[in-house]
Amino acid sequence: MATSTTTVPSAGPAAGSRSFLSRLRDGDEIARLITFLFAASVVLVTLLLVLELWQGSVLPRHKFGFNFFRTSVWDPIFEQFGALPFIYGTLVTAGVALVIAVPLGIGAAIFLAELAPVRVSDTLEFFIDLLAAVPSVIYGLLGVFIVVPLMRVYIQPTLKHTLGFLPLFQGPAYGVGFLTAGIVLAIMVIPYIISVSREVLLSVPRDQREAALSLGSTRWESTWKVVVPFARGGIMGSIFLALARALGETMAVTMVIGNTPTISASLFSPGYSIAAVIANEFTEATGDLYLQSLIELGLVLFILTFILNGLARLLIVATSQKGAGMGHA
Amino acid sequence: MSPRLRWRKFVSGFMLTMTGVCAAVSVAVLFFILGYLVYHGGTSISWNFFTKLPAPVGETGGGMANAIVGSAKLLLLASLVGVPIGFFGAIYLAEFSGGTTAFVVRYAADLLNGVPSIVIGIFAYSLVVLPFKHFSTLAGGFAIGLMMIPITLRSTEEFLRAVPRALREGAMALGASKWKTISTVIVPAAYRGILTAVLLAFARVAGETAPLLFTAFGNRFWSPGWNQPTASLPVMIFTYAVAPYDDWHRQAWAAGLVLLGLILVLNIVARAILSRGIAVPRA
Repeated sequence: MATSTTTVPSAGPAAGSRSFLSRLRDGDEIARLITFLFAASVVLVTLLLVLELWQGSVLPRHKFGFNFFRTSVWDPIFEQFGALPFIYGTLVTAGVALVIAVPLGIGAAIFLAELAPVRVSDTLEFFIDLLAAVPSVIYGLLGVFIVVPLMRVYIQPTLKHTLGFLPLFQGPAYGVGFLTAGIVLAIMVIPYIISVSREVLLSVPRDQREAALSLGSTRWESTWKVVVPFARGGIMGSIFLALARALGETMAVTMVIGNTPTISASLFSPGYSIAAVIANEFTEATGDLYLQSLIELGLVLFILTFILNGLARLLIVATSQKGAGMGHA
Repeated sequence: MSPRLRWRKFVSGFMLTMTGVCAAVSVAVLFFILGYLVYHGGTSISWNFFTKLPAPVGETGGGMANAIVGSAKLLLLASLVGVPIGFFGAIYLAEFSGGTTAFVVRYAADLLNGVPSIVIGIFAYSLVVLPFKHFSTLAGGFAIGLMMIPITLRSTEEFLRAVPRALREGAMALGASKWKTISTVIVPAAYRGILTAVLLAFARVAGETAPLLFTAFGNRFWSPGWNQPTASLPVMIFTYAVAPYDDWHRQAWAAGLVLLGLILVLNIVARAILSRGIAVPRA
């Protein structure tokens, strides 16, 4: 696409005979140069970001090497930094979030794409988009004052009564902790799963559904056994996108996770996440090693989200193109 | 009807109802959030909130006038960083570049878009705060401006590309040079879309907190000029919500209501602009 539009102006016999100078006088070359500088600055900034993160974390990489990820002592006074509890907390909260958000999000996306009339679907999608626009500090605010008390007084005691034999649901109910952070994260990532999955489901060609229905399948069977498998890649993509978002989420998690570096099988236990420790300790970090250890955590977060976002984009594009290709055939 | 068919129909009806429940629950969350904020924020908001400085710790009353002005200043700076780069970069992508360069720029923008906001904060800290040796409005504006770039860039590009080819060719057939075509035909044709893109980017960064924590930092007083640490609404919500004072909690609710109101209004206005007499259909 890009090449075809750019060749248009120079097409025709006159193009070759016009000198560089005359084109310069028209201003085209100048406009190209100026806009190029702006576009290049995007690349420059991104490169600089990677460079700063890499150079900013030289000290801990040399001093601790791989042990940074394997040890769990985080002691600024004795300058021992092990990131295991933060990595654990980040993964556990994101995991809890996905367990809740994936079924709910995909269910809602199926409803919006397959069942709801266009008008209803578009209206609901509008609300979902608004939900995605709510800033994370607001989710944190609601988390602190609504979810945390609710967890402490009702949900955690109930879980303990019914599922208390599992190590996941043991220990005192503080309100704050992995489970609470996971629930708040789930609420935050659901809009992303719904929006992307809905798009992908809508791109599944109509004949796929009709073929299944004509063979006598029920509405649900055609959806679940034909449409969803067709869109599987894109739905996976939406999940990766949600996961990347959950891993990097800072404010809401910081406000409800409890901010205690622990590794515990219990989801009731207060924990800590990578983003939360950076947010809490960055301004107070004294000494280069301390600060650089936090930057290295930032680097870890960057690499994780980079990989997940890349995979997500590939999957979503591949699935949409599959749908488009079949549609024209 | 055979029992098996009846069972299949039952499963179908049941599962489809469940998907409806999922959708209802997800949307209900939005209304729950809105309702709760309006209720709690509405009872705590007052004229003082907009006009007074924060009261000293332990005293009740006071407002967040400095944070409101601080947020406005930060957003102004952010637009100065994010909008030109996004806008002109998008013109380059849509009109001038071919193959490889465009791919690299798009890739970088997507990468930047996916970077967690706290990491953007680290970046702005080492790039702006460290050399100047203190937190400042400048650093905060730069941080959230960075986050505006990819959003403005990618959506503006989409809208520019959606301008029908006939318009370009018409202008060129009349002898207009390329930049003249862009500035007098293509950009005006896509301006609704571009405005939407900018507004949405604005709304997205208006609530960003994490990148401001160690760039703009915070301030309990007015922040003169651009070179001092400044308060901002999102950071105030954070510090007030986790503090142990009831009066601060009330203020946090009020600030939350103001912030969310601003963001939702921006979102709705942006979409209204786009849907009313669309010059260019969304790709």
